[in-house]
Amino acid sequence: MYEGVVQDLIDELGRLPGIGPKSAQRIAFHLLATDPVDIGRLQDVLGKVKEGVRFCDVCGNVSEEEQCRICRDLRRDPALICVVEEPKDVLAVERTREFRGRYHVLGGALDPLSGIGPDQLRIKDLLSRIGAEEVTEVIIATDPNTEGEATATYLVRMLRDFPGLTVTRLASGLPMGGDLEFADELTLGRALSGRRAL
Amino acid sequence: MYLRHLQVTDFRSWEHVDLPLEPGPTVLVGQNGRGKTNLVEAIGYVATLGSHRVSTDAPLIRHGCERALVRVAVVNEGRELTVELEIAPGRANRARVNRGAVGRPRDVLGILRTVLFSPEDLALVRGDPGERRRFLDELLVLRAPRYAGVRSEYEKVLKQRNALLKTAGKRRGNDPYALSTLEVWDNHLATVGAQLLAARLNLVADLAPHAAAAYAGVAPDSRPAKIAYRSRLDEALPEGYGVAGGARAEEDTLVEILLQALGESRTAELERGVSLVGPHRDELELVLGEAPAKGYASHGESWSFALALRLGSYELLRGEAGGEPVLLLDDVFAELDRRRRARLAEVAASAEQVIVTAAVDEDVPGELTGARFVVSEGEVKRA
Repeated sequence: MYEGVVQDLIDELGRLPGIGPKSAQRIAFHLLATDPVDIGRLQDVLGKVKEGVRFCDVCGNVSEEEQCRICRDLRRDPALICVVEEPKDVLAVERTREFRGRYHVLGGALDPLSGIGPDQLRIKDLLSRIGAEEVTEVIIATDPNTEGEATATYLVRMLRDFPGLTVTRLASGLPMGGDLEFADELTLGRALSGRRAL
Repeated sequence: MYLRHLQVTDFRSWEHVDLPLEPGPTVLVGQNGRGKTNLVEAIGYVATLGSHRVSTDAPLIRHGCERALVRVAVVNEGRELTVELEIAPGRANRARVNRGAVGRPRDVLGILRTVLFSPEDLALVRGDPGERRRFLDELLVLRAPRYAGVRSEYEKVLKQRNALLKTAGKRRGNDPYALSTLEVWDNHLATVGAQLLAARLNLVADLAPHAAAAYAGVAPDSRPAKIAYRSRLDEALPEGYGVAGGARAEEDTLVEILLQALGESRTAELERGVSLVGPHRDELELVLGEAPAKGYASHGESWSFALALRLGSYELLRGEAGGEPVLLLDDVFAELDRRRRARLAEVAASAEQVIVTAAVDEDVPGELTGARFVVSEGEVKRA
């Protein structure tokens, strides 16, 4: 235990995801030894992040204005919506530069153990969005794990009654540049059942 | 297959042991409390990623240490693989195969296959249904490692669904969302549950004749032993499922049956807040003559039944692809009468490799002559 504010700093850092007690201690002492100007910048950003950042009224992505950059962009196809769990997933899909539609960020996945049901996710917003806009396809890009799959199934059920709407799910299968022999059975099984004709 | 080498570091009572092994019988002799079982446990851990004695990893680490290491060299049909496991409670275990890291420890399943018979196995006959479900599931994973993934996925879906049932049950009727998400979890439970159920039914169908024959072998004067899979779905299951020589259980059929059953027990499940249908509620029934073994079998009969389940598993795995399993007999000869001892020794002597532990030499049948090691405080010496 360190004295006073140093220990407080370590405790606060230790609350962050992915940072254990040892990392927290290392970061704390790094901050102590850092130039006050750099600290000032960090302080500044931390102060702004809660007030300055908001969530896009349309898609729920992090944004600086009422609507995020992607929703404001008129070149993007409004008929296509990609549904993801978190804002970081938007970034992941954006990096492919393959997708020219818009997004919808749910803010998580169905997870009854943590008390997260449809009401805690932005599902109603998605439904009213599809009702109001000219959407022809919804791509479900939730994580391929227990909770993400359940969310996908739930969305399919909610969306199937919209006339003329195509609902698709990201394919799951083998990673590029990998070896077939190292793929686990579950992934390989999925890849097999989702194979396509060439 | 056989183990060519075992090395453990900071595992249970052992600081470090290096043990070269050979095919055929190997006997570890030593007084109680010297750590013979710990070595067998380490071997079993590599094969099943679990201990046969404890359900958590913490007791496996030597007192005061952070992690334990187990390394084995396995020879299967002339090909040697080394598997190394780092066991660290509270963190994810790490695994390496031939010194290269693998993605998940689960990937090493199937490299080493073992059948372990130990005094704890009495619980297979006398214990709760959970013990017998675990027995089936572990054998399933030995048979086809992919079921490790199915099993853990089922556990996850079950937990989520139970959590939902608990909250939905409290505010019943006024939460249409909860009911529609329940249907989603029903679907997942049925899909994954059907995979597990089909595999268990087929396993019991294949194991039943081996277990019955093994029991007749170790206790020829006793009533005949029978095993059968018992499920709440029994009446809905097609004829021949889970029966030796009967129809093979099919996942698609079982998904439908499970969904139907979930629909029927919806009200009861919401009231009680737990999932009442599915493989987690099933049971492996052990019958002696006409009566259930649990509660009716004598001590000797219970022991014979437990032994028959293990020997049956051994014969089953031996006859299938994947390599003959290594037989591990932990301190069991002392508990058996002369006839059972002779029968077990007969099977053990025919095994590609068998590792036996005993407190004194007299406990080990004469047929099992091979390498002999003396286990004493902190070391293992070839005698």
